[in-house]
Amino acid sequence: MMGINPMIFKIVGIVFFIVLAPFIGGFLEGLDRKISARMQGRVGPPIRQPFYDVRKLLSKEKIFVNKAQGFLLASYLVLMVFSGAMLFGGYDILLCVFVLSTAAAFLYFAASVTSSPYSSIGATRELIQMMAYEPAVLLTCVGFYLVRGSFNVQTIVQGPIATILYLPGFFVAFVFIMTIKMRKSPFDISTSHHMHQEIVKGITTDMGARNMAIFQITEWYENVFLLGIVAMFFLNKNPWSLLAAIIAILVVYFIEIVIDNTNARITADHMLKLTWIVTGVTAGLNLVVLMLIRLF
Amino acid sequence: MGKVAKSPWIMHYDASSCNGCDIEVLACLTPVYDAERFGVINCGDPFQADILLITGGVNKQNAPIVKQLYDQMAEPKVVCAIGVCACTGGIFKECYNILGGVDTVIPVDVYIPGCAARPQAILDGVVKAVGIFQQKADEMDKNKKMKPAPQAAPVEEKAEEAAEPVVQAAEPVAEAAEAVEEKAVEAGKEVVAND
Repeated sequence: MMGINPMIFKIVGIVFFIVLAPFIGGFLEGLDRKISARMQGRVGPPIRQPFYDVRKLLSKEKIFVNKAQGFLLASYLVLMVFSGAMLFGGYDILLCVFVLSTAAAFLYFAASVTSSPYSSIGATRELIQMMAYEPAVLLTCVGFYLVRGSFNVQTIVQGPIATILYLPGFFVAFVFIMTIKMRKSPFDISTSHHMHQEIVKGITTDMGARNMAIFQITEWYENVFLLGIVAMFFLNKNPWSLLAAIIAILVVYFIEIVIDNTNARITADHMLKLTWIVTGVTAGLNLVVLMLIRLF
Repeated sequence: MGKVAKSPWIMHYDASSCNGCDIEVLACLTPVYDAERFGVINCGDPFQADILLITGGVNKQNAPIVKQLYDQMAEPKVVCAIGVCACTGGIFKECYNILGGVDTVIPVDVYIPGCAARPQAILDGVVKAVGIFQQKADEMDKNKKMKPAPQAAPVEEKAEEAAEPVVQAAEPVAEAAEAVEEKAVEAGKEVVAND
């Protein structure tokens, strides 16, 4: 690590994220669909299916219900890429998280500019989801700060030992809200997984094929961004911690798939209560313990 | 295999079917037949669907909805009529309210007969529809490539051309949305009831 200009690491991280994140995200989604199918006793689609889907969506006729939607979704994509690039470039995690929230706000606007009732309901529920997961995300940043004394991602991942040893509660809270962020089953409140339910496809109902493709690619970026934060719980100055982080990411992803396949969707109110209780109990307790350790 | 044929997203609409064929359509997605291995997703959203599966003989009340769903789908699109009612009207053909087949309202590409159509037949039909879907996509690509060739240079014209289809596409959608918004809600309910 020494001797090489740290700027090079930053540039490599940023380029890695911008270029490879959609491929990693798409591959993970393909894996997700395959594993889900096997869990349900089906053969399932090929692993490259998500890429086929996006390629097809991009080649279809362009339909816009409202032209502003295209711009808003593009903003969602750009901000998501921007926040991810900052995380993988080793900048301030607090800033990443705030940009992430701004990106999510653009998704809300993209869904609410159309007149479809399903889309509007989805948009409102997206806001409730943001309200549910935001405390856990911010507390995670606070946890990193308490352990490492900095919000800088580069400093956080170069500490002496893995932060998970100090932050198990924060980790549980973060994995819990990842289910919401990844739109997995008990919390697929704003975009229902399975159409033919009360909100059809929620926020994506009124998206034409091309916009849907942009949404899909942004989701892949977002998933890689979130898994990047999971990795931060494990990374330290020992190079082998990278392996531990990758294993942790795969385990977390698998847990999300299991949760997805074993739970039915719950109501928005229930989700809000459940998420805040879990965040309060796990991250809150962890926070208190950390503060006590700092005091004595 | 072509580029779009690997990802056919279907939408299923019940145009006054007895629900026999609807159950068989849904059976195609279950573990026994698993249509998802061909990349099929039952997406329930006309904006994103490629293949429209219609069951039932279409009556006067839902004919405008069938038309609207068809108009809202983006090119290239394929329509499958599933079951003998959707093909010809079947035993309901003489009823005063039945129009007698989906092709009385919108163009149909694949007819899948049967009462009720068996899942194997439906899967066969969907695979045929996927072939037609690819063919239509190829034709669309060809037309796209043909158009800019003669006008080659001027950038402004190209920009206009790019803008045009957007407006055209938006119009029917906006019109349809205004005209039959209430009915669309009804349609949503009807599909829910089948699930």
